[in-house]
Amino acid sequence: MTTTRPEGTGTIIPLGSIKRAPFKLDGESPPTTDIRETLFELEDAGELIVQRVPEPYVEVTTKYGRIKKIPESTTWHHKSCGQCGHIPGYSTAIFWLNRQLGMDYLDPTDQTSCTAWNYYASATSNPVAQGGVAMRNFAAAYETGYFPIIHCGTSYGHYKEVREEIVHHGDLRDQVRQIMDKLGKPLVMPEEIVHYSEWVHAMKERIAALQVYDFSDITASVHPACHYYKLVKEDAIYDPDIYGGQRTATVTGLIMALGAKVGDYSTFFDCCGFGFRHILVQRDFSRSFATLRKIEVMKEEANPDVTVTHDTGCVTTLDKSQFAAQAHNRNVGIPVMSDAQFAALAMGAHPYRVCQLHWHSTDYKPLLEKMGIDWEAAWIEFEKDLKRLENNEIEYLTWEHVDG
Amino acid sequence: MSTATIPITFSKKSGATLAPDSYTNVDYSEKLRLWEEVKADIRFPDYMRGCYECGICVAACPSARFYDFSPRKIAQAAAREDVELIYEQMNDDVWQCSQCFSCDRCPRQNSPGGLITILREVAVKNGLASSREALEGYGRVVYKIMTTGTQVSPDMLQPDAFPDWGPDVRDVSENLDLWRRAVPLETLHTTSTSWEVSQQTLIELYLIWYYSDVMDMIEEVDEGLHMIILDVMEEALEDSGYEL
Repeated sequence: MTTTRPEGTGTIIPLGSIKRAPFKLDGESPPTTDIRETLFELEDAGELIVQRVPEPYVEVTTKYGRIKKIPESTTWHHKSCGQCGHIPGYSTAIFWLNRQLGMDYLDPTDQTSCTAWNYYASATSNPVAQGGVAMRNFAAAYETGYFPIIHCGTSYGHYKEVREEIVHHGDLRDQVRQIMDKLGKPLVMPEEIVHYSEWVHAMKERIAALQVYDFSDITASVHPACHYYKLVKEDAIYDPDIYGGQRTATVTGLIMALGAKVGDYSTFFDCCGFGFRHILVQRDFSRSFATLRKIEVMKEEANPDVTVTHDTGCVTTLDKSQFAAQAHNRNVGIPVMSDAQFAALAMGAHPYRVCQLHWHSTDYKPLLEKMGIDWEAAWIEFEKDLKRLENNEIEYLTWEHVDG
Repeated sequence: MSTATIPITFSKKSGATLAPDSYTNVDYSEKLRLWEEVKADIRFPDYMRGCYECGICVAACPSARFYDFSPRKIAQAAAREDVELIYEQMNDDVWQCSQCFSCDRCPRQNSPGGLITILREVAVKNGLASSREALEGYGRVVYKIMTTGTQVSPDMLQPDAFPDWGPDVRDVSENLDLWRRAVPLETLHTTSTSWEVSQQTLIELYLIWYYSDVMDMIEEVDEGLHMIILDVMEEALEDSGYEL
């Protein structure tokens, strides 16, 4: 049906009459080339080695319908500066999940930061150095026979950028190769660059099968991490059954699998306010953005019990920024954690020994109570651990203590 | 209703520019040299393809909401090769960017955030005063990442450094050693690095800094910091048998 405008002004087509083509991820006509094909061509030409994803792996669908392989096991864990340094329960929960699911993994000391936090903050680096750091870490993983899995969203996004640069620019590739030669290391690129939250997504049904707490009363809002899905965007996981395939499916897929409700909000696309340099030296910006554009909007539109995200800076910024806002009586007060911590809690992980929630800032205790977790008893247990450490009865809390 | 005016001026050498009348003490040839350096970056053609001037990047930009900052202005200046304006942006604007790359939703496939990465890098490499100022107070972080291979450490969590994060920071600081020993992950029993990095790994990292001219960049913006980092690196490399 059409209506006719006054002469000379054209025709109005009522919006309701527009038949949208059904959305499908067919992978047949993606707007970008598949970089993995180019990688294999470079390998055939003797330019580099491609480290294959080890079997068994799970096949997932990315933004334009391509299939990405997510290794289940035999993984080399590329840790995250901010997770390990300031919110260690994030890292610990990832490893705990691997242990609970019986996966073989390595936690290497032969790993440096990707150094991208510093690069995006200070620009005191360059593509050759960034390529060198990335390829050194990839070579270190390759030498062990384990496949790299990246904990940090920025490392993941940055390594994909580095992969684009090294694949498409022969001069840069040569410069980086010369550095690797001097280090005595091969030039190796993984077949896939895999973020840990993609592994969590691939494992979500297995995680849900081991769930011990009922999350059906829990509402969680999702903050998708910018560097996960905005950098080299075609490589992020999408699923037609989650947001109609219009937003990345990681994190949200897990929340749904655990039976919790997803509390949607309008500023989902906004960043968290981390800003790389801002969180360290211009935090007034980070605090303002995190509370005014994210937490307050979530609170007003979804009033979630928790915000779940999948990157270092996002957890830190969204969590730590709320204290100052609370002092100004702003409408904040949502605990923030990673998908790995959320999954671990669902599976019965100790909130302090494993999830290390005492490093977090915003009050998470009402959430634990709603989940059915006795945080007071857990804290008493943890205090006993601390006493034993203090008395040197034990040197460290170990996995054996946690598992026992 | 008032009418906003855009102060378009004309430079003898550059033609029309939207730059205000600032940085006139810097020769146009110097501004042009820096711009040519930006354009010579291998990433430039991928980050800058033209500009529809639609403003989608501004709508998505967090920094645009809180600063007098516009990724569209950055993209426009680059598309028009407005050398005067680019120089001003390199000095006054680029450090406000959050580097979140929300602007990558550009329908023209630009990456204003990526362009800013290059502009910052050229500013640092050439020791622009603005880059020195922007990095003031940030030196300890550069030192940390370059010498230890990890960006932040648990012992950075001090109440005087993070007063706005609340009293929990004091709890972490006061219990740091104990709480780190209570993390079951073996590589996280550190307090001065995010995780335990092997010495050989550090040596390899230092070699990467050496062979990639990063040390020259540090020297341009902070000579003192450069000397301190160099001392740490040289000692470690010499101990490992490397002749510098």
